[in-house]
Amino acid sequence: MRHIISVLVENEFGVLARVAGLFSGRGFNIESLCVAETLDPTVSAMTIATRGSEAILEQILKQLNKLINVIKVVDFRDLEHVSREMVLVKINATERNREEILRMTEIFRGRVIDVSAKTYTVEITGTEDKIKAFLTLVKPLGVKELVRTGSIAMIRGEKMIQVSEKEPKGGTDG
Amino acid sequence: MRKNGAQIFVEALKMEGVDTIFCYPGGAVLYITDALYGADVRQILVRHEQGAVHAADGYARASGRVGVALVTSGPGATNTVTGIASAYMDSVPLVVFSGQVGTMLIGNDAFQEADIVGITRPCTKHNYLVKDVRDLPRIIKEAFYIARSGRPGPVLIDIPKDVSAAMAEFKYPEKVHIRGYQPTYAGHPGQIKRAVKLILAAKKPVLYAGGGIITSEAADELLAFAEALSLPVANTLMGLGGFPGIHPQFLGMLGMHGTYAANMAVTQCDVLIAIGARFDDRATGRTDSFASHAKIIHVDIDPTSISKNIRVDVPIVGDAKNVMKKMLEAVEEEKATLREYKQGIAEWLSLLADWKKKYPLGYTKGKLLKPQYVIERIYELTKGKAIIATEVGQNQMWTAQFYKFMKPRTILTSGGLGTMGYGFPAALGAQAAHPDMLVVDIAGDGSIQMNIQELATAVQYCLPVKVVILNNGCLGMVRQWQQFFYEKRYSCSLLQCTPDFVKLAEAYGAVGYAIEDEKEVDKVLKKAFSNGRPTFIDVHVDPEECVYPMVPAGAPLDQMVLV
Ligand SMILES: Cc1ncc(C[n+]2csc(CCOP(=O)(O)OP(=O)(O)O)c2C)c(N)n1
Repeated sequence: MRHIISVLVENEFGVLARVAGLFSGRGFNIESLCVAETLDPTVSAMTIATRGSEAILEQILKQLNKLINVIKVVDFRDLEHVSREMVLVKINATERNREEILRMTEIFRGRVIDVSAKTYTVEITGTEDKIKAFLTLVKPLGVKELVRTGSIAMIRGEKMIQVSEKEPKGGTDG
Repeated sequence: MRKNGAQIFVEALKMEGVDTIFCYPGGAVLYITDALYGADVRQILVRHEQGAVHAADGYARASGRVGVALVTSGPGATNTVTGIASAYMDSVPLVVFSGQVGTMLIGNDAFQEADIVGITRPCTKHNYLVKDVRDLPRIIKEAFYIARSGRPGPVLIDIPKDVSAAMAEFKYPEKVHIRGYQPTYAGHPGQIKRAVKLILAAKKPVLYAGGGIITSEAADELLAFAEALSLPVANTLMGLGGFPGIHPQFLGMLGMHGTYAANMAVTQCDVLIAIGARFDDRATGRTDSFASHAKIIHVDIDPTSISKNIRVDVPIVGDAKNVMKKMLEAVEEEKATLREYKQGIAEWLSLLADWKKKYPLGYTKGKLLKPQYVIERIYELTKGKAIIATEVGQNQMWTAQFYKFMKPRTILTSGGLGTMGYGFPAALGAQAAHPDMLVVDIAGDGSIQMNIQELATAVQYCLPVKVVILNNGCLGMVRQWQQFFYEKRYSCSLLQCTPDFVKLAEAYGAVGYAIEDEKEVDKVLKKAFSNGRPTFIDVHVDPEECVYPMVPAGAPLDQMVLV
């Protein structure tokens, strides 16, 4: 199953290497990873998309919690959340398919952000599924290159992922 | 007061109560060694950085305090990796200080530069590169705290040369606050109740106790708990000494070279109570048949250990000592059920007693001296009052089987990583912590040669460790596997050239004895144990002897090769 995990970490040098090393060293898989500073400049948020069974996910969450620089780990599975990723796609633009590309981009609420004699570069933002659908549809038109950001996510409504001082992290039983 | 980084280092050690460090110098730590000149911290100069870390590890395991090592940058630092990884696998609290090239040079492939923080990231509990001398007191304070708290482990602090020279105001922090690190010590009360209920309903309970008992100083609680519930106790290798080796409820070690009774008991039990153990593959054998009829209760301070290899029914995250105390209290509230429970397990206990009687550990004597006999004699002559280090291989397993460990912190062995060359320097570290105790390293002729240079350290600092070399002319454990599983094709395992260990010891200024015959064993051991000097005892043992029982790798625990 695909899981999106948010990891709040100390905004310090080497932390990304610790997290990435944990995944590679233990054979966990990272589908995508995004990192940036949060509102609090001492804290960075990493959003990691991963795949694995229940048991593996449990280990991933526990192992992340075990890292000293990790402040909080949240598994979005248990939370109502919104998630987005962005993709840039460079598509072969010919006499015949230009219209089609524009139509698709329109339908998916994307934008053409760069144009050359032979290519259109399109930006699409959405959930993983939406992006997958778009790519499937434009593939036959001749995709030359694509770059994706990976997912980022946020809890719906007023709730937030916060650094709480009191609760011992990973201290629940099991 | 203003001090340079090196002086801050020395002051911080004093604040942490460090009395001994194991060190090896070099260009990047010259300010630090200079600050140590005349300082009130004993410095033991080893002969190889791996030896420094193992010695600090032995010091830590034997004393319960944090072990400290200091090495230089580059090769000095990379030489510590095996020692750090060994300590990490066995949850030993260490702080290792390495020198680093100057901050301006980092990343430039400077002379003796190695990214030791990167290299040790996966084998330390945490590590630091100090970029500003003003951070040094806080970092040292945190490092000691992280090393000894929660599930202990090694922490490395990399100090660039210019940082050790730079001046700063020295104020040692009083408290540590790390928002990402708050170990859980108290077990969940609800879970503890559930666990006790489960045990009291058991017909075939077994307690499986690991190194966590030693770490959390919980041997008394374990004894009280096991006795209150008449629980049979199997130890892991790391757990030895956590429960008296001659106690009637003791089943011995479980696992690949475990006793028949221990392995059958965990295979057939209906409730398994794992405390401070991590279901390592050497202990469990094939996991899907490990305690497969049992409900499993698992107490561990490290949440990642729980349900990692084996699904657990009642997980309890917490410190073994605390949790067992609480469990005992809960048992005492169940006086009525307790009587019934004890009647219910009587049949199981008598079955276990039968197994113990029918299939004890044993060996057959022959023309040649048997290594097991030597270990039995070491036990009889010390009665469990010595600190015993081991190397890795057959020597280690025979020691675990035939020496009856009575007290925590009396066995020093590389369990998780299985590091040959660990025992001798670890024994030196233990001797440094306990000058008045008898410290014995039970070694193989292969392993001892991995850190044999530390003989010089032993002699220089008058650390009268006794090394009993079970000399079988081969890398015995490898030879045994080749005998069993590779048609006796003894490739890369025969040591056809071995030094004369007696002369070698003498060349270093230590004492050397040899034993060829069973009759000499007691006499020579007694002489060695009372001569007050570092001593090698070269014991020529039967080269064909194997460790039994043996569960082949990946097989279920009840499929033991008995002899
Ligand atoms: C550093 C290291 N290298 C290799 C091994 C693999 N290994 C495990 S046991 C063993 C043989 C040990 O031989 P020896 O020290 O003579 O002890 P014996 O088994 O004969 O008692 C070897 C090579 C190891 N455990 N550690």
